[in-house]
Amino acid sequence: MTNLTPDLMVILPELVLAGGAMALLMLGVFRKEDSFDLVSSLSLMLLAIAGALVVFGGQTGETAFGGQFTNDTFARFMKAMTLFGSAVTVMMSVTFMKRRQIQRFEYPVLVVLATLGMCMMISAGDLVALYMGLELQSLALYVVAAFNRDSVRSSEAGLKYFVLGALSSGMLLYGASLVYGFSGATQFDAIASVVANGNAGLGLLFGIVFVVAGLAFKVSAVPFHMWTPDVYEGAPTPVTAFFAAAPKVAAMAIFTRVLIEAFPGVTKDWQQIIVFISIASMVLGAFAAIGQNNIKRLMAYSSIGHMGFALVGLAAGTAEGVRGVIIYMAIYMIMTLGTFACILAMRSKDEGQVEDISDLAGLARNDKLMAFVLAMLLFSLAGIPPLAGFFGKFFVFAAAIKEGLVALAVIGVLASVVGAYYYLRIIKIMYLDDPVQEFEQTPREIRLVMALSGIFVLAFALFARPIITAAEAAAASLF
Amino acid sequence: MPTNSLLTLVTFLPLAGAVLILFLLRDDNQTSIRNVRYVSLWATIFTFLLSLLVWSNFDPSNPGFQMVEKHSWLGNQINYHVGVDGISVLFVLLTTFLMPGCILASWAVKTRVKEYMIAFLVLETLMIGVFVSLDLLLFYLFFEGGLIPMFLIIGIWGGARRVYASFKFFLYTLLGSVLMLLAMMAMYWSAGTTDIPTLLAHKFPVELQTWLWLAFFASFAVKMPMWPVHTWLPDAHVEAPTAGSVVLAAILLKMGGYGFLRFSLPMFPVASDYFAPLVFGMSVIAIVYTSLVALMQEDMKKLIAYSSVAHMGFVTMGIFTGTVQGIEGGIFQMISHGFISGALFLCVGVVYDRMHTREIAAYGGLVNRMPIYAFTFMVFTLANVGLPGTSGFVGEFLTLAGAFKANTWVAAFATTGVILSAGYALWLYRKVVFGVLEKENLKTIADMNKREMAILAPLIVLTVFFGFYPAPIIDAMDASVTQLIDQYQASLAALESASQLAQAQ
Repeated sequence: MTNLTPDLMVILPELVLAGGAMALLMLGVFRKEDSFDLVSSLSLMLLAIAGALVVFGGQTGETAFGGQFTNDTFARFMKAMTLFGSAVTVMMSVTFMKRRQIQRFEYPVLVVLATLGMCMMISAGDLVALYMGLELQSLALYVVAAFNRDSVRSSEAGLKYFVLGALSSGMLLYGASLVYGFSGATQFDAIASVVANGNAGLGLLFGIVFVVAGLAFKVSAVPFHMWTPDVYEGAPTPVTAFFAAAPKVAAMAIFTRVLIEAFPGVTKDWQQIIVFISIASMVLGAFAAIGQNNIKRLMAYSSIGHMGFALVGLAAGTAEGVRGVIIYMAIYMIMTLGTFACILAMRSKDEGQVEDISDLAGLARNDKLMAFVLAMLLFSLAGIPPLAGFFGKFFVFAAAIKEGLVALAVIGVLASVVGAYYYLRIIKIMYLDDPVQEFEQTPREIRLVMALSGIFVLAFALFARPIITAAEAAAASLF
Repeated sequence: MPTNSLLTLVTFLPLAGAVLILFLLRDDNQTSIRNVRYVSLWATIFTFLLSLLVWSNFDPSNPGFQMVEKHSWLGNQINYHVGVDGISVLFVLLTTFLMPGCILASWAVKTRVKEYMIAFLVLETLMIGVFVSLDLLLFYLFFEGGLIPMFLIIGIWGGARRVYASFKFFLYTLLGSVLMLLAMMAMYWSAGTTDIPTLLAHKFPVELQTWLWLAFFASFAVKMPMWPVHTWLPDAHVEAPTAGSVVLAAILLKMGGYGFLRFSLPMFPVASDYFAPLVFGMSVIAIVYTSLVALMQEDMKKLIAYSSVAHMGFVTMGIFTGTVQGIEGGIFQMISHGFISGALFLCVGVVYDRMHTREIAAYGGLVNRMPIYAFTFMVFTLANVGLPGTSGFVGEFLTLAGAFKANTWVAAFATTGVILSAGYALWLYRKVVFGVLEKENLKTIADMNKREMAILAPLIVLTVFFGFYPAPIIDAMDASVTQLIDQYQASLAALESASQLAQAQ
């Protein structure tokens, strides 16, 4: 019998998450009184421990289980981000869930399980491992989307997400089986050696198309974006924040890994698909958001657009491009968390939680800090320098220009100008309109997330160097 | 070395003032608001004094970049790199000189004073940054970053149609600039660096130059603004508060001209030469057409805004002649227009603060009640017309002389603009200042107070001084401009000989 210990050491963070999640589940079930607070804080600790293991426990080796599981620099960087995003959303959920009377301990446990799925997915070195991680993540997400089960909208969101998600998983599986059928392998490096001569053949191309379609669904890229606005609007706001942050990072990571590691020989073939979905996402995200009045729905279209921008980097298919994707996703995640912290703070004194953009009217007079932070986040999402969002766009577009994808870049920046309009509209409502209502005192943890994300977007230009260097190293590990 | 970080200090001192206001003056009472005003005023005055130090350390005989400071920033040859040459030092001084006046002119602002002052101080840092940056990405950061405070200034403290004007300003400018950003990336990959001095020495391939030139043109033509992409300017000018209009007219517009001089002409000489007729055409149309439009205006600010577009036409025309007179005239015209148009907007602000209308028809006969104002306004009206003895004349004369050398017809048509400008400017002056004082509500209007005189007096002095003695400005830029032209002509000559060689083979 072979010694399993080295392999187990590599997946230690995942083991911790899996064991911890089950222990917490038991704790919740067998403890008589309401254990939401306890389980939430323990989940936070669990995520923090896993994060520490990912960041500091790097010497345990690169691959495990014969290459099915890869723990390279890229995986560690993306996992650290995912864990961070999950932890922040769990923290932001506590007060909200209690106010809504849905403080059930299953929620943090499900988030931990979804995060475990994401980590598996990011590290997948094989189509089967990829599918396993993806499904673990998705199943947990279906449940949390419908977490407010007494609300029709929340249940609808969960159901819609489940039906469409199952469809996309089916497509992914079908694609994976085609790839296996025509290349004879499921492991990424083995597939890569089959397509190394640059000729994929029709069957394998079909497989790639289906795999890309399945993954595009997970990052909510056009034309597989239809679920996003409804799910974002219907799910409880902290859940939406979770959806917008960590799973997007994980899905983008595996999207990148599959295309770069498994199909490096046929870049020209998949590049066309990525260019198309990237352009479609950027343009649709920019135009469709203009007409939205619900801020969560608007953020859904905004995230569709942002995935389009991140895919610009992937379309380049080079180390610079992947570096751009990594930087973009890091910045995007922090901006999104900050924006959702502001959305969570939109709690009117009379009507409770509100979600309309018009509810923000005159915020700049009632709550200067929140208005300022939200304005900076929105300017940053629009990609205006010197804020963080600009640097994200800079690196992906620079990579695209280097590869000669000028048309993609031009359409992309024009879409970003259109997109700037709807961000400006919110800023206008906050700063230029007269106040209609005051918001309740914001919980301290949400205030903290707001302030930190504000500092991040404002001061990114000053401390960008280490992030860029780390992203560079992570990108290099894929090539 | 103190001189090494001098430019950084000048750039970020206003920002430090803004941070000070943000964190120290948190109350909303009267004393606190007064302190906010004084902190901003002193921050801008100190910045100006520091920039005088830059001026005294500046060596006009050195055509290269001086007081250079360079730090590693993003890696990959993207550095924090600042410095000034004979061209940019003038714009730095123009900015720092005008800002205390802008703050003083905003003394009457009553709503959200703190945010207002912070926006202006941040804007000053970004504007100075544009002129001292010696790195493409750094330049773009400052260039585009200015949109945020300006959007808020127009949007929050503007007039009735401020929302429309601020959106139009923001989106128009952004649209032009994003294309420039893509061009900058292409330059980065072509030359392997974003360092401006290195790029100035780099020879870009001819086909690439055409595209890069067009992308930069898209940005600077909007910023300048050139006909037909000037339509955001009248809206933005009219709706912005007085100090906002001053900054917009006196400094922000100059970024376009500065960009042409820093990037288009020296980095893409072949494309600049190729597209010069296009620029000439657009400039002449701007001069004649917007002057005619100015004749028809009923709003004082709008009239001055259109006259700005016309005067910027002289600048673009001068720059693309590629002659010493044209380029030096263009720069001089920009500096002088900074004084004159800034002062004209301040003059409008003086009566607007009293009557709360900018309609020309609402005034008349002001000379009877406001003799000092009438005098001040006359000086700047005549300077705007380009009367000899004012700084407006020097710039117009030099650009026209340069244009005459390059293309007689361009010069001939552009000269009609001088006549037209006399038409609208004198008409405005007659309508507002002369005549009988018959409107009831004007009969109690008070003349300029000490604060307003303190703002406008230095501008009068400089306008007349540089009208008689333009040498300080010309001397400062001469070495840099000469170097620019030498390199420009050399690369054109190199292309010429290369094509002759190709024909001979």
